[in-house]
Amino acid sequence: MALLGKDLRTEFRTMRSLPAMVLFAVTTFIIFRYGLDRTTLSGSLAGGVLWTTLLFAAILGINRIFVSELEEGGFDAIRLAPVDRTVLFTSKVAALFIYLAVLQLIVVPVFAVFFLSDWSSLVPLVAVLVGANLGFSVLGTLISSMAVNSRARDLLVPLLLLPLVVPLMIATTAASAGLFDAAGPDYEGFGTWLLVVGLYDGVFLLVGYAVFDFLLED
Amino acid sequence: MTGRGLKTLSIATVVFLMVGFALVFLWVPMDADQGFKQKIFYLHVPLAIVALLGFVAGGIEGYRHLKSGDRRHDANSYVFIHISVTFGVAVLITGAIWAKASWGYWWVWDEPTLVSFLIVFLLYCTYYPFRYAIEDRDRQARYASVFAITAGAFVPLNFMAVRMSESVIHPRVFATSEGGLPDSMLFTFLVCFIGIGLLWLTLVKTEMVGKKVSGQVSYLRRKLHDDGAGGSVGGRIAPSVEAK
Amino acid sequence: MFDATPSDAVGYVFSAYLFFLLMVLVYIAILGAKFQRINRELSELIDELDAREESSV
Repeated sequence: MALLGKDLRTEFRTMRSLPAMVLFAVTTFIIFRYGLDRTTLSGSLAGGVLWTTLLFAAILGINRIFVSELEEGGFDAIRLAPVDRTVLFTSKVAALFIYLAVLQLIVVPVFAVFFLSDWSSLVPLVAVLVGANLGFSVLGTLISSMAVNSRARDLLVPLLLLPLVVPLMIATTAASAGLFDAAGPDYEGFGTWLLVVGLYDGVFLLVGYAVFDFLLED
Repeated sequence: MTGRGLKTLSIATVVFLMVGFALVFLWVPMDADQGFKQKIFYLHVPLAIVALLGFVAGGIEGYRHLKSGDRRHDANSYVFIHISVTFGVAVLITGAIWAKASWGYWWVWDEPTLVSFLIVFLLYCTYYPFRYAIEDRDRQARYASVFAITAGAFVPLNFMAVRMSESVIHPRVFATSEGGLPDSMLFTFLVCFIGIGLLWLTLVKTEMVGKKVSGQVSYLRRKLHDDGAGGSVGGRIAPSVEAK
Repeated sequence: MFDATPSDAVGYVFSAYLFFLLMVLVYIAILGAKFQRINRELSELIDELDAREESSV
């Protein structure tokens, strides 16, 4: 628990990056508005725009969080502490999850204001967001832990992370596409896609849990 | 994996592939639907399946490496993935040729298996820069194993997700080996599949032997110069195999 | 929907198999180059060893 506190404190320090991330997201929305030449979005287009933006903001965010941790020598201090490695894993995942949740708390309403005509899709969207955040946090933690000690780590994290989150993105955009349907939220297939997200999260939680130990050995 | 049995393996590979291709072009009946171009499948599909199995095997070897600490598993993992990526290139090219023949375009997003294979292929391409970016040999091997395991778990998930995203409207054009294939085609397919699988094994063994030889040359050089200054013949990123 | 005419189809199929053959041949060529390199290094080492033996005799 103390670890989570420590990580959260690091979070709050890196929350300085939050305004920048929000600005990034908003600017991206504006670019989409002109690039696509649309003032409202619905269906799969809306899902695509939202998730692409969230994805790239998240990747930028991950880089910031873990890189700053390294620079502050956080990793070494933790490795010396007699703490169960899985607790470390969980606290990192939780920290990333909270960061993403806060990010989305701001970005999604902005998205709704910019592009959505009907806000009833936002409530079920929360389920999708939670699922996506979990998957993203797990993989982000895994990958950045691997990349943090390597050269060119800013490049390595997106490089490794992006292909791995493709199935997650497929599932979330498909689930959201129904929600953003112009005629009102369409729940066909929603449950199935949510299940896929859950499956994805479950698999990588297991993998991360099993494998995280080996990343910290030295 | 040593060089033992490499000769037998390569002979078996040649036999199966020759017989298989002969069957494809001289014996198996023409597909009623797609005509002559269906014959690409006897090459493309075995390549794809073998490559994917190779990726998963790479993950298994990664797991065994982490469990036992035996460097040989890391070398296995590296070689498995290396050969499978090479096969992957062949899968994508043959797939593109088939797409051009069927649809007129070199690439089709509609074909879920091709798309998911592309994603997997791209992921495993990152394996090399990833290894290269980590300098410490021990850590490199460990992290590579973690990557291999994660990516191995990813393969089935990815295929499932991409296949599910296909709308029901698009019929599955791809003639897979299960369901409704006449026996003659199934037999031909199996022969080709075994041949390609044997080819994969032959190439893996060959690469392992090559690594071993390089390791032996380095060992000799180091002994001769009496200091640790001898560099390895192979690249820095590739795991080396023990000389003895 | 575009579909290849019979003669085109033959061309496509053979180019696929030929590409496969090409890849195998390229792999063999790479092996050959590696072989040469190792051969050269071994010769150098042998020469060195011989030179040492001579000078110590």
